[in-house]
Amino acid sequence: MPYNLKEIIAEKPVRFTAGHRMCAGCGCPPAMRMILRALHPEDHAVVSVATGCMEVSTFIYPYTSWTDSFIHTAFECSAATMSGVEAAYQSMKKQGKLPQDKNTKFLAFGGDGGTYDIGLQSLSGAMERGHDMVYVCYDNGAYMNTGIQRSSATPHFADTTTSPAGKVIPGKMQPRKDLTEILEAHHLPYVAQTIGVNNFKDLYEKAEKAIYTEGPTFLNVLAPCPRGWGYPTDMLMQINKLAIDTCYWPLYEIENGVYKITYKPAKKLPIEEFLKPQKRFKHLFQPGNEWMIEAFQKEVDDRWEKLLQLEKATSEPNAEAK
Amino acid sequence: MTEDNYNKNTPWQDLTPGGDIYTAGNAMEFKTGDWRSVRPVFLSEKCKQCGLCFPVCPDNAIPVGKDQKRTDFNYDYCKGCGVCAKTCPFGAIEMKEEGV
Ligand SMILES: Cc1ncc(C[n+]2csc(CCOP(=O)(O)OP(=O)(O)O)c2C)c(N)n1
Ligand code: SF4
Ligand SMILES: [Mg+2]
Repeated sequence: MPYNLKEIIAEKPVRFTAGHRMCAGCGCPPAMRMILRALHPEDHAVVSVATGCMEVSTFIYPYTSWTDSFIHTAFECSAATMSGVEAAYQSMKKQGKLPQDKNTKFLAFGGDGGTYDIGLQSLSGAMERGHDMVYVCYDNGAYMNTGIQRSSATPHFADTTTSPAGKVIPGKMQPRKDLTEILEAHHLPYVAQTIGVNNFKDLYEKAEKAIYTEGPTFLNVLAPCPRGWGYPTDMLMQINKLAIDTCYWPLYEIENGVYKITYKPAKKLPIEEFLKPQKRFKHLFQPGNEWMIEAFQKEVDDRWEKLLQLEKATSEPNAEAK
Repeated sequence: MTEDNYNKNTPWQDLTPGGDIYTAGNAMEFKTGDWRSVRPVFLSEKCKQCGLCFPVCPDNAIPVGKDQKRTDFNYDYCKGCGVCAKTCPFGAIEMKEEGV
């Protein structure tokens, strides 16, 4: 069925409601709501979110924004929690304790802190054990809920409260970890990197594939944080677009080892365009700091080039020629 | 058991065991519209129903009917972030300061 945004919004239920306490303009809720819309309406879901903005602001007792089953989980164990739920479900289904004609899907969410950092081993374990679940990382590039501390997803040179840009250090001293590639190293049936942009087609279609591919699957979603990144709240969709047009956040998917880049900008924009609206990169534009922008650009270019190579190397005709 | 009448003075003995919440999506009872300092104004005559603003609202404050058309904002939840206004290609959403 071809993607039809208006039909999806009109017909499919909202499974993440209003009334949550995420900041005005936060990039997470629209992305998460769209991911849940990719569920077939007749299917039930179990959701677990690692501690972070998306957890503490959406399930404040006695209110919940989730219309599916939801489990509070600690910072480091969203994947472990969900893998246990999935295992119990499979067992109960086998024993005939659950209706055979009903489907339940398992979705674990985590922020970048909860995924790239403290939850990495529980995620790796759950993926390796082969549970039939989706893990969604919403990457807002720092520990936002506790006050913008740097994580291994924080971009190089970003100013955070634990990597303060000043005379001593130029912001975060290390480049970003590439989590999507780490997940690919688990040889999963489906791994993708996406974002909410334009009509949200990329996000929705990848979410649907991730949810309905059997086995462990992974989505990495960039979710801008106006507080932590320091841009005006109304700029969410512009920031998302700049992230993909500069190739800072390449959109791609890997199905059984085959890479496919799902968006190649007609004109790749210089990284300054993405950095400039964000206060966390303000110091990069001071005289004498040009080297930071150059280094940033090189990182983006190198990673993009490598991705193009990977796509070429794993594309079908090549794979056959081997 | 219902969690509907809880407030911050409810003794813990009266809360649901384990802090469970039994009503799916009941955050709808919590209105976030009073966070707003600027308000989006929907200029329906300029709207072409292109759909681009439908998915962008963090607070799901843009109602879309079964006819696939949007209507005026749900101010009970809109926090006034302005993402929709910046997204609309036709200038059909204007941001106005509250109380002016
Ligand atoms: C073991 C443990 N350490 C620290 C914390 C405090 N803590 C709660 S949320 C959070 C940061 C979450 O960051 P991230 O996962 O990136 O999500 P975000 O808040 O950015 O959405 C921290 C440090 C905790 N809950 N548990
Ligand atoms: S701190 Fe950032 S990520 Fe957290 S709710 Fe606010 S805008 Fe969203
Ligand atoms: Mg984060």
